[in-house]
Amino acid sequence: MATSREPEINSCPMAAEEGEAAEDLIEILEASSTPIDLARYVNHVRDPAAGAIATFEGTTRHTFEGKRVLELRYEAYLPMALRRLRAICSGARAAWSLRRLAVAHRLGTVPVGEASVFVAASAVHRADALEACRFLIDEVKASVPIWKKEVYANGEVWKENREFLQRRNALALATSSCCCTTKVRMDGDDAAAADDGGSGADEEKVPAV
Amino acid sequence: MTLVIPLFRAREVTSMAEESEDTCAANKAGGVTKMQKTSDMEEREVGPWIEVKVLFFARARELTGLTDISLLMPPQSTARDCMSKLLNNFPKLEEIYNSMVLALNEEYVPESTVLRNRDELAIIPPISGG
Repeated sequence: MATSREPEINSCPMAAEEGEAAEDLIEILEASSTPIDLARYVNHVRDPAAGAIATFEGTTRHTFEGKRVLELRYEAYLPMALRRLRAICSGARAAWSLRRLAVAHRLGTVPVGEASVFVAASAVHRADALEACRFLIDEVKASVPIWKKEVYANGEVWKENREFLQRRNALALATSSCCCTTKVRMDGDDAAAADDGGSGADEEKVPAV
Repeated sequence: MTLVIPLFRAREVTSMAEESEDTCAANKAGGVTKMQKTSDMEEREVGPWIEVKVLFFARARELTGLTDISLLMPPQSTARDCMSKLLNNFPKLEEIYNSMVLALNEEYVPESTVLRNRDELAIIPPISGG
């Protein structure tokens, strides 16, 4: 599906960013005690032409392997994280018929039970919105350079997303060329999906980002 | 082109006191910047080194104790060359070497990528957003 839209895939990422900027709300929220304003992102994707809004809210859990989590601390490689999020949104648009997208990720200390990440997608039909929403959060976890440290009563640990570890070889095979990165990466992703075998049918339509 | 040890700027050399290689010691006082601005003869001797800024995040920052460092590398150096030098200077980075990836100027790249002057190379430990 992604390959059927050559103009977008072959276009320079910078051009794509400019084209999507007005429609996609992408925000990485600096450290603050304020919870994510979920309504802001839902309202951004609200669209009279859309018959569906799908959202995903990732919240911080209070236990990990029996250990009580006191809080979570997030940090990001900010410019690259924003760049990846824009690429991911472009990838979603290339794969599904979407109206509007919004992604927010919080940094700094996030108390247990609050949202650390929020994704919203609107589309004419619900299948596109739901699938794109799932794709966006999966991609955030696989390739956006954001890190989370879990703080327990008796220690702390940097978490590692399974999605990243599975994607690692494909990321390390990506080329550094400017404008064709997306297309080359897609080949790498396909290879990776074939390698692990068990990734399921969904992987076949996952666009390169 | 007899120098093969990448040089660190004076401020980083100070923070890497354990590194006692003659080259670094010799540059402690004046730093690399000064060397590059001295006579033409010296410039030829030093050669057209490239400067690469390396960023450390999350676990990588904790292991190195630094948020970033500037490395001078020979021309045509790859990201792998840079990584070798970093592992040499910060052996603790071995802990994440088999699970990390590299990003060059905010894009993921393979280790074989050739670096250019003023590139920004980021050590990306396993990410954990979401």
